[in-house]
Amino acid sequence: MKVLETTDLEQKFQDKIDREVKIEPNDWMPDAYRKTLIRQMSQHAHSEIVGMLPEANWITRAPNLRRKAVLLAKVQDEAGHGLYLYSATETLGADREATIDDLHSGKAKYSSIFNYPALSWADIGAIGWLVDGAAIMNQVALCRCSYGPYARAMVKICKEESFHQRQGYESLTKLAQGTPEQKELAQDALNRFWWPSLMMFGPNDDESPNSAQSMKWKIKRLSNDDLRQNFIDATVPQAELIGLKVPDENLKWNEETGHYDFTPINWDEFWQVVNGNGPCNKQRVDARRKAKEEGMWVREAALAFAEKRKKKQTA
Amino acid sequence: MSTKEWPLWEVFIRSKQGLNHKHVGSLRAADSTMALDNARDVYTRRSEGISIWVVESNYVHANDPADADAYFEPSDTKIFRHPTFYEVHEGIKHM
Repeated sequence: MKVLETTDLEQKFQDKIDREVKIEPNDWMPDAYRKTLIRQMSQHAHSEIVGMLPEANWITRAPNLRRKAVLLAKVQDEAGHGLYLYSATETLGADREATIDDLHSGKAKYSSIFNYPALSWADIGAIGWLVDGAAIMNQVALCRCSYGPYARAMVKICKEESFHQRQGYESLTKLAQGTPEQKELAQDALNRFWWPSLMMFGPNDDESPNSAQSMKWKIKRLSNDDLRQNFIDATVPQAELIGLKVPDENLKWNEETGHYDFTPINWDEFWQVVNGNGPCNKQRVDARRKAKEEGMWVREAALAFAEKRKKKQTA
Repeated sequence: MSTKEWPLWEVFIRSKQGLNHKHVGSLRAADSTMALDNARDVYTRRSEGISIWVVESNYVHANDPADADAYFEPSDTKIFRHPTFYEVHEGIKHM
């Protein structure tokens, strides 16, 4: 049999991508493609799991039973989404626990939005509406990602997540239409979450050096700036409809481009938060580390019990 | 940190009576009971299933995708296995 050179394999691989043929776990792929996916998918998984922390903090303080049941269901979904993504990452040969340890050591990142605190109940509405809204915008594009297991996980996650955004918007709508104090809470939540939500799409295209390769591999389908613009165009009318003001003095509909113009983002803040200096970075990673360390005995006991029972059955 | 991991399980779900079980993903669990319970919680939160199979991933064997072209070639060359290969005279019904 003819031995294929790496360049031949790479050419064949790119041809498949260009023909929109999905890549599946045991197919040949360039090391860099595998590495890029492992990094992106595990960090996506970490984001789902860390994202549970600010919301879980409000479950016991939800204003009524309906909101509490909804928030519980949402947080449970996030756990499931983390799991789909960790499983999908494992199909690339990544060691799940090693990727989690990378989160705990600070080597791996997660979406920087979760380093902001949820200070009031209105923040829970804003998170659902804006943070999940931004995540969906990004994830809908990822449903067409070239790696099969990632794309399939995204399809399932997008289906589930549409209720996350709706419940947040509904909750914030109620506050915006409530007493002046409630409306103020809603406006304050929008003020604090607007810019961090826009930062979720990542650096501007000209500052995003890996984007071109990811686009060529069809891991990424739309650029950071395009996704961000789509999100702004979709979200601004939603804010106006419930009488909230988007905190950007330069926000203006541009007839010519058919898009909203907006103030350039303060990337200094973004990099500060990414590099560990956000309001809650330490708290979030500490909580995850504690969960693993203090829960380890449960994992070990379950494994010991399973082994003991197996022995009994075969004896 | 200790990293002794639970085994990996593949999850198959029958969405309704009359349909076959379909692979939906995988998860880690200490034993089959836990794998089933976790599969229910993770993969059927919205009535996606009425029956679950879990199989330890170790027991799944697969052909090598690198040889897939040669491996499946015999089936591609036998077009006479398909009804469209045959000529049917005009006017012939029920065939």
